Amino acid sequence: MSEPLQQMEAASKLLELKNIDLSFGGVKAISNISFDVMEGEVRAIIGPNGAGKSSLLNVINGFYHPQQGEIWFDGKQRHAMKPYQIAYQGIARTFQNIALFKGMTVLDNIMTGRFTHMHKNMFWQALWKGPAEKEEIENREFVEHIIDFLEIQAIRKTPVGRLPYGLQKRVELGRALAAQPKMLLLDEPMAGMNVEEKEDMCRFILDVNDTFGTTIVLIEHDMGVVMDIADRVVVLDYGRKIGDGTPDVVRNDQTVIDAYLGVSH
Amino acid sequence: MTLSLKKPTYPVPGLDTFPKLLLHNARMFTDKDAMREKEFGIWQSWTWSQVAEEVERFALGLQANGVKAGDTVLIIGGNRPRTYWTMCAVQSLGAVPVPTYHDSVASEMQFVIEHSDARVIVAEDQEQVDKILDVKARCPSVELIIYDDPRGMKGYDPQEIKIQDFVTVQAQGEAIRKDNPNQFQELVNQGKGEDLSIILYTSGTTGQPKGVVLTYDNTLLTGYYGGLLEGLTENEEILAYLPVAWIGDHIFSYAQSYTMGFCVNCPESTETVASDMREIGPTYYFAPPRVFESLLTNVQIRMEDAAPFKRKMFKYFMQVAKKTGIKLLENKPVGLMDRIKYALGNVLVYGPLKDALGMGRVRLAYTAGEAIGGEIFDFYRSLGINIKQLYGQTESSVFITVQPDGEVFPDTVGTPSPGVELKIADNGEVIYRSPGAFHSYFKNPESTAATKTDEGWVHTGDAGFMTPNGHLRIIDRAKDVGAFNSGKMFAPKYIENKLKFYPHIQEAVTFGDGRDDCMAFINIDLGAVGNWAERNNIAYASYQELAAHPAVNKMVAQSIAEVNESLLDDEMLAHSQVSRFLILHKELDADDGELTRTKKVKRKLINERYKVLIDALYEGKDQCFIETEVAFEDGRVGTISGDISIHDAKTFNPVVQAS
Repeated sequence: MSEPLQQMEAASKLLELKNIDLSFGGVKAISNISFDVMEGEVRAIIGPNGAGKSSLLNVINGFYHPQQGEIWFDGKQRHAMKPYQIAYQGIARTFQNIALFKGMTVLDNIMTGRFTHMHKNMFWQALWKGPAEKEEIENREFVEHIIDFLEIQAIRKTPVGRLPYGLQKRVELGRALAAQPKMLLLDEPMAGMNVEEKEDMCRFILDVNDTFGTTIVLIEHDMGVVMDIADRVVVLDYGRKIGDGTPDVVRNDQTVIDAYLGVSH
Repeated sequence: MTLSLKKPTYPVPGLDTFPKLLLHNARMFTDKDAMREKEFGIWQSWTWSQVAEEVERFALGLQANGVKAGDTVLIIGGNRPRTYWTMCAVQSLGAVPVPTYHDSVASEMQFVIEHSDARVIVAEDQEQVDKILDVKARCPSVELIIYDDPRGMKGYDPQEIKIQDFVTVQAQGEAIRKDNPNQFQELVNQGKGEDLSIILYTSGTTGQPKGVVLTYDNTLLTGYYGGLLEGLTENEEILAYLPVAWIGDHIFSYAQSYTMGFCVNCPESTETVASDMREIGPTYYFAPPRVFESLLTNVQIRMEDAAPFKRKMFKYFMQVAKKTGIKLLENKPVGLMDRIKYALGNVLVYGPLKDALGMGRVRLAYTAGEAIGGEIFDFYRSLGINIKQLYGQTESSVFITVQPDGEVFPDTVGTPSPGVELKIADNGEVIYRSPGAFHSYFKNPESTAATKTDEGWVHTGDAGFMTPNGHLRIIDRAKDVGAFNSGKMFAPKYIENKLKFYPHIQEAVTFGDGRDDCMAFINIDLGAVGNWAERNNIAYASYQELAAHPAVNKMVAQSIAEVNESLLDDEMLAHSQVSRFLILHKELDADDGELTRTKKVKRKLINERYKVLIDALYEGKDQCFIETEVAFEDGRVGTISGDISIHDAKTFNPVVQAS
């Protein structure tokens, strides 16, 4: 391979995991997993229950620290970090079980997603007038664009706890988007939704990818959804990677079929 | 205000099209808001001069894309500033805009696209563009789609159709304007009042939709006269929330805005209409009866949930409002004590309530489309909201009749609007001739000829009559109206509706066409009457048994007597009092073919099937034996038979007024 081509490939690789091992005591959650995420793609992680999908997301997110292996993000190797430091690096996520502030309005919840973009110190915040106000107005404007994007204008001032599940999921996506992440991690964004809500969510995910160029890594159980919207798919089973490639390749892979349909071990 | 309507009176002499008015308004009301839309949580506004500029750039851009005089341009969009600007831009080129319902499905849209011969379509967003692309194979005339919202439109590049961004088209227009600053003005000057201004497709309950073609003289003059009649000014605020393809929105939010110069506000989304309305506080408002009804129901439900003190306060002051509110609204004499109570109620209840409804500033509200319940009507009027009924249709550019201030009655639709001539045809049908009477149905000369006579009289299809004080009352669809042997009119649905107003009457069928007097079949409401029977210790085993019970018959007779008495108020209907009735032994059922699936009575079938009973009614018998087949839900067929007793109902002699 010529040198410029190598460089180009390195530049378009947003995230790379090399030989990740993660165990809790004697339980090995992830063993020797390597894969990469290219800039601007929609990457899906699938696998049966307990395959280690959420653990893997937590590793990327910096919530778990793998015992072995390397993580490269945006061209730099990552060392042990707190999740908020990861957030500053440009990774945002949503959760399998919605983790919003139930008593706060939709607007306020999404505003919390802007914390990485608020730089004025406590003095200015307390004084309020002046730079802090200006900063708040700028952030609010950004949040309003997200509200418009996700078509949730009607519930702007509604406390999140009063919203149906499907809308809460959308608000959570909004909060993650507010951080203007380079990479967005979605943990089962369509779990528990009806067909119509799923279609809406698919549309939003593709639009996010399209409009903002955000790289998306998602875990999802609905195979139809994954095959439709993902560019590439990683398949996990018992903490190991058993497949990796385009939806078509993965769909026809015998190991993957066995893992899903079950074979006698 | 008197208008000489011999010849058209334009807001400003010579300004006979909307594009001309736009340029005029841009000079007159340069910095006054013409349009607002809530976007990103903030009301964004455009002044008349800004709107004129936007329209000019888009119009020249459209021209650069080949739109020329005589073309039709389809517009698919919600209540957004660009939707309205597109209409004016298309009109300024001498082309005809065809707004269509943006919530219709692709197959419905296909008919309009095909029928209107549109070569250019201006669509709001990706959703609409997708629908057009779905049906494009069957609509070969379409050459260009212009979209407003670029979201999700990346990567759309079908081979057969050109797709362009609204902004790009405007940029093309801007380039032309730089080269030739007078081009737009010259284009606008070519328009004339008698030119076609718009085609609106009516939904049509039967058959395919019809495209109603209207001229500038239709919409512009009708809107203007209506505005003058009500004293509208350039300071009104209106919320545009009804479909732009509907004539009402076209007149209220477009024609009247241009002729009067007032501001049109577009909501943030269809779900935020209620809160947007509260923020804007419109002074001029239209809503169909069901909207007023559901708002009232909401208020009542929320008051039931309120704290006891508030609830009591609400109840007390609503009583006060009922007594004095309407009188105050109509400037009738009211005692000092009542005035003080009402003023107090205004501070404590009416003011906050109107504010919550977004009607705090409403000077004029219209409702139309169907009959509005007297109680709902009075509720709003007693709060001091001047809500009035009007009667109109797409073919008349809305206004046929309007209730004048101080002459508002729940059961009439008012007196003829300025310039409208109204007649009742021999068959009882309402026909009119007016400045707003439509030009023709698009590409449908047969329907045009059937609806509009050579002298310009338009058939409404509604039966009605003029009350002695000169108001129009609509009673029924014309095809259902018959005549008694005496030649007097018989309007079955009108009487049936009055009967069905009672909770214990489920369905009523009246007879009278070609007879001497009116008689009725009644179906009782099993739920309501059953409940009543339980409370009154009346035992029954079936509908048939309950229907035959003397006490039930007595109750129904009482209701009919009340209806008869109320019919006395109408000279035209006093003779159609129900003289005899019977309660049917079975419920009329769609499964037996007696009702349509939408629960409308099939008169012809009932006339045939129950001929024995009808004959018995008119022969003066007291009882009649009947056997009818019924279809059970599992498909089996059985019979129900029994004796049905026939009763006389109390009728009243019309009091002849000495004049």
